[in-house]
Amino acid sequence: MLRIEGLEIVQGAFCLTANMTLEVGLKYAVIGPSGAGKSTFLGALCGFVPLRAGRLFWEGQEITDQDPGRRPMTMLFQDNNLFPHLTVLQNVGLGIRPDLRLNTAEKTQVEAALSRVGLADQMIKKPGALSGGQQSRVALARVLVQARPLLLLDEPFAALGPALRNEMLDLVQDLVAETGATLIMVTHAPDDVRRIADQVIFVGSGRAEAPKPAAELMDNPPPELRAYLG
Amino acid sequence: MAQRADPVKRHLGLTAAVFTVAVVVLAAVGIATRIEPASGLGPGDWAAVRFTVHQALWSAGISVLLAIPVARALARRQFFGRGALVTVLGAPFILPVVVAVMGLLAVFGRNGWANVALDFFGLPPVSIYGFHGVVLAHVFFNLPLATRLLLQGWQSVPAERFRLAAQVRLTPWAMFRAVEWPLIRQIVPGVAALIFVICLTSFAVALTLGGGPRATTIELAIYQAFRFDFDLGRAALLSLTQLVLAGGAALLALWIIPMISVGGGQDRPLARWDGRTVSQRGLDVLFVGLAACFLLLPLFAVVLRGLIGMPLVPQVVWQATGASFIVAVISVLVLCLLALPMAGWIASKRSGGVEAVGLLGLSASPLMIGTGWFILINPVMNPADLALPVTALINALMALPFCLRILVPHLRDTMQDFGRLSAALGLRGWPLWRWVVLPRLAPQIGFAAGLTGALSMGDLGVIALFADADRATLPLQMYRLMGAYQMEAAAGAALILLVSALGIFWTCDAMGRRYASN
Repeated sequence: MLRIEGLEIVQGAFCLTANMTLEVGLKYAVIGPSGAGKSTFLGALCGFVPLRAGRLFWEGQEITDQDPGRRPMTMLFQDNNLFPHLTVLQNVGLGIRPDLRLNTAEKTQVEAALSRVGLADQMIKKPGALSGGQQSRVALARVLVQARPLLLLDEPFAALGPALRNEMLDLVQDLVAETGATLIMVTHAPDDVRRIADQVIFVGSGRAEAPKPAAELMDNPPPELRAYLG
Repeated sequence: MAQRADPVKRHLGLTAAVFTVAVVVLAAVGIATRIEPASGLGPGDWAAVRFTVHQALWSAGISVLLAIPVARALARRQFFGRGALVTVLGAPFILPVVVAVMGLLAVFGRNGWANVALDFFGLPPVSIYGFHGVVLAHVFFNLPLATRLLLQGWQSVPAERFRLAAQVRLTPWAMFRAVEWPLIRQIVPGVAALIFVICLTSFAVALTLGGGPRATTIELAIYQAFRFDFDLGRAALLSLTQLVLAGGAALLALWIIPMISVGGGQDRPLARWDGRTVSQRGLDVLFVGLAACFLLLPLFAVVLRGLIGMPLVPQVVWQATGASFIVAVISVLVLCLLALPMAGWIASKRSGGVEAVGLLGLSASPLMIGTGWFILINPVMNPADLALPVTALINALMALPFCLRILVPHLRDTMQDFGRLSAALGLRGWPLWRWVVLPRLAPQIGFAAGLTGALSMGDLGVIALFADADRATLPLQMYRLMGAYQMEAAAGAALILLVSALGIFWTCDAMGRRYASN
């Protein structure tokens, strides 16, 4: 499990605190108004945002000062999830070896991941030659080969149309079910929360609330969440 | 507490910066060992100081004054060949000084085209030697630079402002006061300061067109004290003067020097509705036409005379060409080793204060560094043996400030876009450079390398201090031919030099672009 202890982020006038424990294998939705700090919260877990105070533990081991690349998690951002100058194969291969010196077994692994997301015939193309949905699939194939226990999604499918977006979320759901990874995803859509999430982390008024069961919370939201949901 | 993730590591950049500073500081130490406390600057030396400042002021002033109407015309006109002309405005940057001097001599020299024309109309001839020639050559080099910088400024004016001006029907004079004058006032001081600093350390122009007690720059005086009198003490004292003058001016100018963008673009004129009267059109045509002739005629002359002189080119010129290619290649390699880590370091900082290190190359004069290193090397070994490596190193340092300005903004953007992804994937060190930075920056690296190669190929500076009779780069060999009055052979060498410098630039630039598009 991931323990977040006395986390405190300060950026100018912006401030966010968090105190919670996340269980392995569950799916968490992070919701809250724009600018409340959802992305910042995920960035802090990944090591991209400096902490004023607080500590992070994964399975009892402190990871507060670990490099982003060494943490037990992988993150998909809102954009720039692929290197446009590298091929699909290379982009996924980076998930296994940053120096891209893949041995035969690793190459097979990359190809298998690309087949799994339905891109077996697009491996030597550059991302620019793919559609938006296909690009998302490449990023998910990389998530597969990285095989980290935590997957953080900062609205990577926001630019896709509703149908494609649902398709991607279904694929994500399948993938985390196959790998047993814990999912932490930022979302704006209450529908997504009901469809996917086991638990909800509400971010608002400078605090990331401890997770509550999704169905219960959505049916019976506290005032602040109700104001947000409208 | 977790630190901000910084995928580009700093120690390499720091090492490169320390190396750069050390080259300059060690040169200063070398100079310091030779300065005799009792001696001061003689009257001739003071004359050199005065001339240096004087010509730099005039060069900067005239370049900027002429650049204003040319840039204004280019900004508001669209005509066939405009893009090509704007590109040609970038050419003097990589044009070897001796080649330009050759062209200017053909046009403005004693029997040049200008004097033939003046004679035809019964007017007295102009002289290209001395103060006039030095300023003329500096204007030739810096008018295009100033024009491009001003043009950038003009193109940064939002299109809405011109639309608004057209709607309220501003008169030309009101247009000038409302839109153009504030712009000019904002950009011109920086451009003038930049050109002033560049002209302070001018050597090759003064060597070929100046000289004598009334037209010697400090840089040239260092060379003369060195070569003719072998008076290292005086050369050291002059070097110190140069360091204080140029370094001080560069530090002061740092405040106002604009971002130098030597890259492409800029051939996209805004839609404009002003300046449609006949007289305005006529003036614009006149200014653009004159500027184009001023730039293109000397180049045309170099090609024409070069073709005629080519059969007379002696064997030594070809040997010197080989040596120059080696120097250029080493310069490019040294530059890449210094500029890339430094750019990585600077780009990881929020503020650009570290860029000042790169500007050392701009402020410290080549001959000052050369003198210092000559003094250091001399007791140990024959400096002539190190003529080519030292030249290559100093050429790389001279190109460094420009290259950093080319690389840093793009590297900053790349880290902005892909820094987090790289960090999340654990890309760091060599893999980060290999798979992210180099591919993303390939066009800029190619451009910077081409610039350095061309500058190095055409540089006539330190090599003149270090070389002996057996060793020469192509520019030096060409200068020797000119000194021996073998003008046809020199013209042939000038053409070879022109083709080589432009060729190196084009090759590196094209390689960078091709790598990026594959």
